[in-house]
Amino acid sequence: MKRLINLRPERGLSIALGALPFVIVLAAYVAASAARLAENPDDKLLPSLAKMAGTFERLATEENRRTGEVLLWVDTGASLMRLFMGVAISMSIGLVFGVITGLIPYVQRTLSPLVKVLSMIPPLAVLPILFIALGVDELSKVVLIVFGIAPFITRDVQQRVEELPVELLIKAQTLGASTWQLILRIVLPQVVPRLLDATRLALGAAWLFLIAAEAIAATEGLGYRIFLVRRFLDMDVILPYVAWITLLAFALDLALRLVNRVAFPWYGAGAAR
Amino acid sequence: MSALQVRRLWKEYGRQVVLENISLDVESGEFVTIIGSSGCGKTTFLRILLGEERQTRGEVLLDGKPLPDEPGPDRGVVFQKYSVFPHMTALENVMVGEEFAGAPLTARLFGKARRETRQRALDMLAAVGLGNAGDKYPSELSGGMQQRLAIAQALMRRPRILLLDEPFGALDPGIRSDMHELILDLWGKLKLTIFMTSHDIKESFYLGGRVIVLDRVRKDPHEPELYGARITYDLPLRRGRDARTAPPGSGAETAV
Repeated sequence: MKRLINLRPERGLSIALGALPFVIVLAAYVAASAARLAENPDDKLLPSLAKMAGTFERLATEENRRTGEVLLWVDTGASLMRLFMGVAISMSIGLVFGVITGLIPYVQRTLSPLVKVLSMIPPLAVLPILFIALGVDELSKVVLIVFGIAPFITRDVQQRVEELPVELLIKAQTLGASTWQLILRIVLPQVVPRLLDATRLALGAAWLFLIAAEAIAATEGLGYRIFLVRRFLDMDVILPYVAWITLLAFALDLALRLVNRVAFPWYGAGAAR
Repeated sequence: MSALQVRRLWKEYGRQVVLENISLDVESGEFVTIIGSSGCGKTTFLRILLGEERQTRGEVLLDGKPLPDEPGPDRGVVFQKYSVFPHMTALENVMVGEEFAGAPLTARLFGKARRETRQRALDMLAAVGLGNAGDKYPSELSGGMQQRLAIAQALMRRPRILLLDEPFGALDPGIRSDMHELILDLWGKLKLTIFMTSHDIKESFYLGGRVIVLDRVRKDPHEPELYGARITYDLPLRRGRDARTAPPGSGAETAV
């Protein structure tokens, strides 16, 4: 008998093993839900899968009689808009400040302490300040996301720039590159794929801040909806919404990974580094 | 006039002396190899020539003028590794030097200028034996091919001196001797002035028209950092670039 650390499952078995926990969780839910519903058909805590599917379909297709809007898409659109704006702004800030603080010692000495302190402030603690200063509209939600993830992305990009082999920067200088040309042709192209990686890691936090902000003050949005229906114990809305948010998050992560693979074929090849 | 003059150069880190009292005149067109055990300061010396570090005493003159204390296109370099840009194809790697020179703002050439640079880069790639690897990324090239690419890239700007920091140290023996032929060939054809460090004595004597040995002469067992390395041998092998036909190990090496 081989040691446990040397036993490797085959491909088919690997997939089956990966699916197993999902199946168990689902089965456990179905059983628990059936048991509760048998006792009390009006139970709201563990709705049946069929009920959730029905509710989700209603949310995704049924138009509001007054406004003609479909709830799920309004919520999704509003939330994604905020998320994209927050993430895009954070990426721009992170790229610009990460590169110049990582590359230019004078800027680094000037800005690094500030970035460090800013990234220590719990973003949710400044949310009230944002609401007071910027109002409870879109702006404060986007700013909360930026506040939450831009320092992280900045520091990550800065670190990646500092990790670039010094030989590459010297070589570029011996080829006559100015600081600006160095940034443009050597540093930026090598850091952009790493920026996308950092963004992938930051997306989880971005969702967190988005939902927190929506829970407190919004008139539509995925987080808003969940916290709204919580008052009525509408688990048949909350659970599909959570699943939907998870799916969106997964899709975004996958998209960023695909962009990296297609746009930067040299990245991850590794051998030349 | 000498291409490179080093006048009583010292390099110290705090109390630690790395190089002491180095003086050297290098003529244009010389192939100088520097040998010494690892940690003897030969890389530090090369980094001073490169402008990456600054000597603490003495001066270095390039064509009679003090060396700028940052790297520039008058001194080309090939390192042991990380010498080429991993995000550019081989052709782009070779073109980028001229693009830096020709387009200060965008660092990219367009139209006719681009076509001309491209042609020169293709010729240079062919000269180092990478004629059909132009569209490959460095990660797709072997170690030896990456070093060929690094040499081609460095030569595009026609540097006054070419600095090689153990360029073949990481290569297999067979590939290494191919690279020796290549660098000698380029040195002869393009009339280069080359400065190369190595810890391989055979390689140094085979390639160098002049071999410089760095070593710590004075040693204090209680304070090993007190004395730095100096030039212990400066051997002009007097082999012009035309007389360079002897196989390794036959000529001056045994004579010395």
